[in-house]
Amino acid sequence: MSEPLLSVRDLSVHFGANVAVDKVSFELTAGETLALVGESGSGKSITALSLLGLQPPTASVTGQVHFDGTELVGAATATLRSIRGNQVGMIFQEPMSSLNPVHTIGKQIGEVLAVHQGLRRNAARARTLDLLDAVGIPDPQGRIDDYPHQLSGGQRQRAMIAMALANEPKLLIADEPTTALDVTVQAQVLDLLKSLQQAHGMALLFITHDLSIVRHIADRVCVMTKGEMVETGATQTIFAAPAHHYTRQLLAAAPAGDPAPLPAQSANVVSTQDLKVWFPIRRGLLRRTVGHIRAVDGVDLGIRKGETLGVVGESGSGKSSLGYALLRLIPSTGRIVLLGNEVQSRSWNALRPLRKHMQIVFQDPFGSLSPRMSVGEIVGEGLKVHMPALSAQERDLKVAAALKEVGLEVATAARYPHEFSGGQRQRIAIARALVLEPDFLVLDEPTSALDVSIQSQIIDLLRDIQRRRQLSYLFISHDLRVVKALAHRLIVMRNGQVVEQGEAAAIFADPQQAYTRQLLAAAFDLAAPPNVTDDRLPPPHTTE
Amino acid sequence: MSGASEIIRPPRLSPLNQRRLANFRANKRGWWSFWIFLFFFVLTLGAEFVANDRPILVMYKGELLTPAFVDYPESKFGGFLGVTNFRHKVNIDEIEANGWMLWPPIRFNHNTVDSFIAFPGANPPSWLLTREQICQRYPEGVEDSFCVPGNYHWLGTDGGGRDVLARLIHGFRISILFGLVLTVLSSVIGVVAGAMQGYFGGWVDLIAQRLIEIWTSVPSLYLLLIISSVIAPNFWVLLGILLLFSWVSLVGIVRAEFLRARNFEYVNAARALGVSNRRIMWRHLLPNAMVATLTFMPFILSGSVATLTSLDFLGFGLPVTAPSLGRLLSEGKSSLDAPWLALTGFLTVAIMMTLLVFIGEAVRDAFDPRKTFR
Repeated sequence: MSEPLLSVRDLSVHFGANVAVDKVSFELTAGETLALVGESGSGKSITALSLLGLQPPTASVTGQVHFDGTELVGAATATLRSIRGNQVGMIFQEPMSSLNPVHTIGKQIGEVLAVHQGLRRNAARARTLDLLDAVGIPDPQGRIDDYPHQLSGGQRQRAMIAMALANEPKLLIADEPTTALDVTVQAQVLDLLKSLQQAHGMALLFITHDLSIVRHIADRVCVMTKGEMVETGATQTIFAAPAHHYTRQLLAAAPAGDPAPLPAQSANVVSTQDLKVWFPIRRGLLRRTVGHIRAVDGVDLGIRKGETLGVVGESGSGKSSLGYALLRLIPSTGRIVLLGNEVQSRSWNALRPLRKHMQIVFQDPFGSLSPRMSVGEIVGEGLKVHMPALSAQERDLKVAAALKEVGLEVATAARYPHEFSGGQRQRIAIARALVLEPDFLVLDEPTSALDVSIQSQIIDLLRDIQRRRQLSYLFISHDLRVVKALAHRLIVMRNGQVVEQGEAAAIFADPQQAYTRQLLAAAFDLAAPPNVTDDRLPPPHTTE
Repeated sequence: MSGASEIIRPPRLSPLNQRRLANFRANKRGWWSFWIFLFFFVLTLGAEFVANDRPILVMYKGELLTPAFVDYPESKFGGFLGVTNFRHKVNIDEIEANGWMLWPPIRFNHNTVDSFIAFPGANPPSWLLTREQICQRYPEGVEDSFCVPGNYHWLGTDGGGRDVLARLIHGFRISILFGLVLTVLSSVIGVVAGAMQGYFGGWVDLIAQRLIEIWTSVPSLYLLLIISSVIAPNFWVLLGILLLFSWVSLVGIVRAEFLRARNFEYVNAARALGVSNRRIMWRHLLPNAMVATLTFMPFILSGSVATLTSLDFLGFGLPVTAPSLGRLLSEGKSSLDAPWLALTGFLTVAIMMTLLVFIGEAVRDAFDPRKTFR
């Protein structure tokens, strides 16, 4: 084995008395890919940041970091600065906030070249064009003067990679580079990283929570939890024979199982006909409507008692708009029928009695609970609206029962949302929906903000509740693995329209449409779709 | 039954508010300013018991009377005037012969003209004079039973022979009450207007915004001068006129808070639960906006007090008979030979403003989320 490019020994990071990273050691040779895997709060990101002295000012770092013959812990700021962006490149999770919105991407990449290589105008521009071409941005000549908001998410991440590669670094640190991207784009970006690594012989330190990516890209894996490195080894070995129980737990945590058995033929609980959500585009002094963005464009669906309809699609496909429109949280046209009642024609007040029967659980467990209300008040709020006759004690009993049903202790009711973790908060949100004993639940990406191990717990809980109460779900998700574990039937959406629908098992086994096949391949095998140029901004499908 | 309730009801003060209170207490300057201000405020709220030209209690022929609250005709004590002058020697002798009376520590009202002042014109504070000088105009001089500390002028008198300390106490009370009422009313109106605009948005917001822009460009001071020359201004008229313009100060921030928060997921969740608009605004959105509002309130209060004082100073404020810090200041300006007038007015206004600003800073820091979660 050759001399390691990066060797980290006993790296610890403290925030006051809190230990964020505890004596982490690993080595990385040129051309190798090491994946740092862990759930949120495991200290994987702070490890990467502290390698280059980018940790928050309140943190104190001890240990040794040798990079290519230089000791980096405690090194002078000037030394670190000459290494950052030059010999070590970094890519972050959120491409929108990592790029400066008021400068063109050409200018931002050129700046890196100017700082470290002293390239001036024309030379820098020529090199930038080469880089944009290398990272697979179509028509670099036309794109170089674009601002970040004019690029799609995947293109922005490609621009970030171009910036990180500008100085041909020996080491590339990628911190969750694909988490904010759609599955097909994620597969493309991973492919790009891999081919660039082979072309330049770079070392790649890849930080992620997603084990399927690790299996796809990494040579070796380090598993972290609670700031400690619990297991390290070759990817094959770890996936085949995990030694540490945490690794086993992590591997087993992927959402699994089959949807709850469907009751015998029953009537639709909710159905739509030609449901449309069109947002007007207004231009000019008089704000005349010049066209529409068709978020949801003529969707027909029906969900039976006890059935889960999965809605999958990439971001911008209109799947969340569909869920909101069903509950009339955003205006729409077309028929919506809930338990035989017309929903669309009712006034806001006349709709209220129906709301008892349909509820929603949101994606973000931190945003969907009012921080100023106790858990008991949050869960009990719907009861005050729909069953005003209840006495305070009866209400408390119902709240307590709902909390027990989602697996929380009754005592949580007296506490406030900020005291709970993401998974517990999501349970509270589910309790809020369940306390009204609804018939139909819209689940808008209820697991995507959660760690894998928590995800499967929530999925199990939802399946359990469905079996017990014969609830109907509209399950919206971009994560096909989660959908597979819960949905009986499936609709695949793209640009507001239904591309494919049918029995979930049938679609997963034998997708009919090319788009569905792409989506499945990207999600389960991390295969990039053949047409790489496809990752452009979706055309603004407007009507004149 | 009660078992579940005991577990489910949270403690009275939410943890967030407990932390805010702790933060407010931790700011020693603001905490002490708060208590000093509260002391002065409570003291002057009972101004009638501190500085009054009538006794608090009178025992007359076996009957307990409360002149501080009730106007008694002089005939009750054998005289003939409509209202008893308790500072008149005849009445005092009559009551003392048949009972007793309990005076407040300062035996002057803000309008009482002392007929026994030592010198003509403005009198210096009593602690600059000898007892002989103070009592020289009383019929029996130093021996006079009426020349007691309660009748001293601790901060001197103005040119009309009225006690400065009495005017100060009554003036402080009216300033703070005026400021408080104006602050509360303009906050209520401003919050309601801002909430409507922010929550409903669209045309409501657009039209209201334009109206407010036009309204704020009206030169309020000149309008005030014109109105006060047409209607004789009293406390409520002046409050109404100032309120016309002061309510807009909070609209902007409340509107912004509601605009920001109306699409929060927990607000959407409440909509999905079928909670009414009014209740969503009250339960879910208002607490967000209250942080900004409460942070601004002490500063609006001090601003209101300053406005009233400056209007009084210019002579366009409260009627001449009302006690007022502004008029004290303007008298101080016109009689420079009596520096105690200007000094008293200046120190009072300066200390009052400083206390309010310190309290305001402490409140602002207590609500600052970065401080809260440190």
